[in-house]
Amino acid sequence: MTTKTRVPAVEGWFTIDPESPALVGTRCRSCGTYAFPRETYFCKNPECTGREFDEVELSRRGKVWSFTNNCYQPPPPFVPRTDPFEPFAIAAVELAEERMVVLGQVADGYSIDDLAAGTEVELVLGTLYEDDDHEYVVWKWQPVAGKGA
Amino acid sequence: MGNEVAILGVGMHPWGKWGRNFVEYGIEASQAALGDAGVGWDDIGFVAGADTIRNGYPGFIAGSTFSQALGWKGNRVASCYAACASGAHAIGIARAQILAGLCDVALVVGADTTPKGFFAPVGGDRPDDPDWLRFRLLGATNPTYFALYARRRMEMFGATEADFAKVREKNGRHGLSNPNARYHKAFSVDDILGSAMVADPLRLLEICATSDGAAAIVLSSMDYARRRTTDPVQVAAISTVTPTYPESVIEMPNFATDSGAVAAAPPRPFRDAIAAAAYEEAGLGPDDLDLAEVYDLSSALELDWYENIGLCKEGEAERLLNDGETTIGGRIPVNPSGGLSCFGEAIPAQAIAQVCELTWHLRGQAGERQVEGARVGLTVNQGLFGHGSSVIVKR
Repeated sequence: MTTKTRVPAVEGWFTIDPESPALVGTRCRSCGTYAFPRETYFCKNPECTGREFDEVELSRRGKVWSFTNNCYQPPPPFVPRTDPFEPFAIAAVELAEERMVVLGQVADGYSIDDLAAGTEVELVLGTLYEDDDHEYVVWKWQPVAGKGA
Repeated sequence: MGNEVAILGVGMHPWGKWGRNFVEYGIEASQAALGDAGVGWDDIGFVAGADTIRNGYPGFIAGSTFSQALGWKGNRVASCYAACASGAHAIGIARAQILAGLCDVALVVGADTTPKGFFAPVGGDRPDDPDWLRFRLLGATNPTYFALYARRRMEMFGATEADFAKVREKNGRHGLSNPNARYHKAFSVDDILGSAMVADPLRLLEICATSDGAAAIVLSSMDYARRRTTDPVQVAAISTVTPTYPESVIEMPNFATDSGAVAAAPPRPFRDAIAAAAYEEAGLGPDDLDLAEVYDLSSALELDWYENIGLCKEGEAERLLNDGETTIGGRIPVNPSGGLSCFGEAIPAQAIAQVCELTWHLRGQAGERQVEGARVGLTVNQGLFGHGSSVIVKR
């Protein structure tokens, strides 16, 4: 088995630190509001006209707001990992400090049976899809307490 | 008050999967609305078209496309895109022309021809487009988002899959006799719960399909209408509001909500604010409603709308449904047309079709699905990218 190069499926949206990966968002230098994906031009807070933003790593842990299982293969540009398609779960996760909800696939090996509103999850990196030379990775949410929690 | 315009005529081309050019459907709906209004194409001073994004250039410029199809005659036009809310936004544009005194009679029309299967983003590599990226990075389809809301109801309020199936069962019954609906089949709760799981907890029969169809409305000034009829159905309010920052509910096609870290929460979440703006403009409230057409993109989403438009408090929608209050014959029938369950969505036409349905009820012309004595009705829907839409009609 050859080793494929791990590359992010999208540039600059998350760090690929193998120990503690994190989503990369921004914080407005004027008002302090967060944004994900990164704000680059003009602050979306209507009370603010900020144009300068600091890149920040978002909280790596959050609590599940809601979740679902995708039972059918989504259309392109989704790239299926397997043929036939295998269902996968998606979670919407509330980050306490940023006070925002961020979507992500649920980590390999976990299903909606491991999730409830309020379940604590942690950001990990996982395979989105592969080609002959690369493994494309993306952020995923993994239950902190493990399976069946 | 004083901002009313009259609905002189309404018309639709039946929903289905007809596979013809969307312009043909638009012509049929327009002809039906003109005939219903008793006015000729020559009387129309302004055409507002709701754009389809799927039919190339002619679709993007619906006002002139339909004008050309009906025969160029030098009228003024506008075309607008507001995703699922496009139709209501087009009605709003036409109303403004009439209220400004720039025309007496306007035609609003929307039509669509749709491909099969999941909605997919426009083709090509577009890694700067969130609507492209959500498919690539998450595999998040439209039903993914509907399912997140449905599961949230289960987690917060104890809603069950059977509750969701009962919404679908009701709407299937409502739509049975609707000649403009695509599906004329009553499904039992067991049928619905036995259909394939698509996006847990939502099943195939609970997620709206995509359809071909068209709807059109002839609007006029109240003065013009009163010269022709004594008691016209009136547009009392049109809400086309956006969300207010910070929006705290995850919305298609976004990856994240706004951040509430520094900005105060808005007085109302977006879906509540859509109807609230319409009520305020009309000087009416939920207690004044006799019926409502709400956007049941999924069975569960209809329950959210009960609360968003003020029919009941948060967490009480299942009780309202199970008590039969939202069935025809109940206190406040919802989706007497059969809703998107029976229509499938023809995006630029759908918000116009909702208003057509209310108009038939207010005139007592809705046949077997008639809501008796209807005087006030509300439509509500929400389009991708922050487009609200709610129309109140009254008599």
